[in-house]
Amino acid sequence: MDIRLDAISHHYGATEVLRNISLDIPAGEIVCLVGPSGCGKSTLLRFIGGLERPESGRVLQLGTPPEGSLNPLTFVFQDFALLPWRTVKGNISLVLEDHGIRGARAKAIIDDVLNRTRLADFADALPKQLSGGMKQRVAIARALAVNPAVMLMDEPLSALDAQTRELLLDDLVSLWTRQPFTAVYVTHNLAEAVRLGHTIVVLSRRPGRIREIVSIETPIDQRRAGDPVCQQKHDLLWELMREEARAADEELIDG
Amino acid sequence: MADAEGVKHRQGDSPIEVRFRGGGFAPRSRRWVGVAVFVVLIALIQWGTETGWISALTLPKPTDVLATFGQLWESGLLFKHLQPSLTRLVIGAALGASTGIAIGVLIGLFSYVRAGLVPLVAAIFPIPKIALLPLFVIWFGIDEGSKYALIAFGTFTPTVVATYGAVDNVDRSLIRMGQSFGLSWSSIVRKIVLPGAMPGILSGLRISLAIAIILLVAAEMLGAEYGIGAYILEAGSLYDLERLFAGVVILSLLGVLVSAIIGLIERRLLGWRI
Ligand SMILES: Nc1ncnc2c1ncn2[C@@H]1O[C@H](COP(=O)(O)OP(=O)(O)OP(=O)(O)O)[C@@H](O)[C@H]1O
Ligand SMILES: [Mg+2]
Repeated sequence: MDIRLDAISHHYGATEVLRNISLDIPAGEIVCLVGPSGCGKSTLLRFIGGLERPESGRVLQLGTPPEGSLNPLTFVFQDFALLPWRTVKGNISLVLEDHGIRGARAKAIIDDVLNRTRLADFADALPKQLSGGMKQRVAIARALAVNPAVMLMDEPLSALDAQTRELLLDDLVSLWTRQPFTAVYVTHNLAEAVRLGHTIVVLSRRPGRIREIVSIETPIDQRRAGDPVCQQKHDLLWELMREEARAADEELIDG
Repeated sequence: MADAEGVKHRQGDSPIEVRFRGGGFAPRSRRWVGVAVFVVLIALIQWGTETGWISALTLPKPTDVLATFGQLWESGLLFKHLQPSLTRLVIGAALGASTGIAIGVLIGLFSYVRAGLVPLVAAIFPIPKIALLPLFVIWFGIDEGSKYALIAFGTFTPTVVATYGAVDNVDRSLIRMGQSFGLSWSSIVRKIVLPGAMPGILSGLRISLAIAIILLVAAEMLGAEYGIGAYILEAGSLYDLERLFAGVVILSLLGVLVSAIIGLIERRLLGWRI
């Protein structure tokens, strides 16, 4: 299932947040969204996930979601959004219960996603007993449990320290290599974008427009730190972002 | 003092240990302190009354109160008074608290209900419910009905206010998460809103139930033959301080019991809190 954004524009009150965004998100690929703070990345993601409606333009699903996908468009939130009163297992069964999946069937799914995120030993732990990185892994496990067609990730790693981020990034890469999923991945961190993205969409400062689309051909599982192609893309993105940031600063000074 | 010492150390360049300033703000179980406060206070009064430092007209001797209590127990009168009081308290408080929680949740969930009922609740809250007792007698009769109504009504308003405040305070990002996973409205309410509001609802209940005990006595002012309130009022009109205090002690114990029960429920239900 592909996602197509068709000329999306939006205002919040008098502030124009997004202007004429058209984008295709092909199945099985990770699209990274980068751009200066406040340019409307999270807003765009909420539109894609159907949590809010754009003023004009449409979000289209092309094709049908794969058989057995319980929740085709699934979010992974920056602040994890785990229910503190449910155990790891309970947090995952939460999203299955509404689909009538209980008992042995639920247990099979839960065991599978906990194994895939290396959390099998923590099934009965409460969120307060987990570290930040583990909480985000639970959130990823919960997202995997509903077998999403598209994962919508809003800075999923930015609340974590650099080492944990690196480990989770490896986790995401291996999850993707084992079973390619479609994802829209919002981030501030260009290293993350270069590591995960098949295409990287650079948004301009507010109002957000598509400034540039950069694709990286190197297969995701072969990207290494210091890889010349990746480094070159990283520098290119860095340059683009810096221009945007500088322009945003000058706008502020000019009033 | 501390400053002078600090300066001296700095001059001598010897390391000083960092002053500990963390800790606190995390209630821990220190039950014996509460008991100790009671014991000291009662011992003080006993000593005062025995030495005559406190006159017999000011406060009764704790031992005399205990003796009265013993008589109450032995004559079986204690349960004769306790049984109707507890029934009134349980029925009245259960009625008031359950409708209060239900209405509070509705206010928290629906804008129209909120717009309609919040001003009404604000208008009812400050009315001393005791003042309405004659009205309740007319509406519900002089028997148990008016007593249940008074206690229920008094428990209702604080419960409503605490409940809708608690629902308002439920983390919106969790609700959003529920929506993003396509949970039904009723699942979101049952599995996210209600558990999230539970801490606020329970701490509201602590207050509501204390108010219920206060109103129990008020309710028994009218046409109650038996009941802790009736017992206290009778003793009060005779200036029988020992019996008065025996009754008051029963009420206090009732308060401690209710508070302990809620504490128990909190420990069972809210173990997930950090
Ligand atoms: N619900 C809302 N109501 C009003 N304004 C909003 C709302 N949500 C976002 N905005 C505004 O829209 C703009 C874009 O917000 P958004 O959160 O999408 O930015 P972002 O690109 O995700 O920023 P960041 O990188 O800091 O997360 C901001 O100026 C923000 O103030
Ligand atoms: Mg954002």
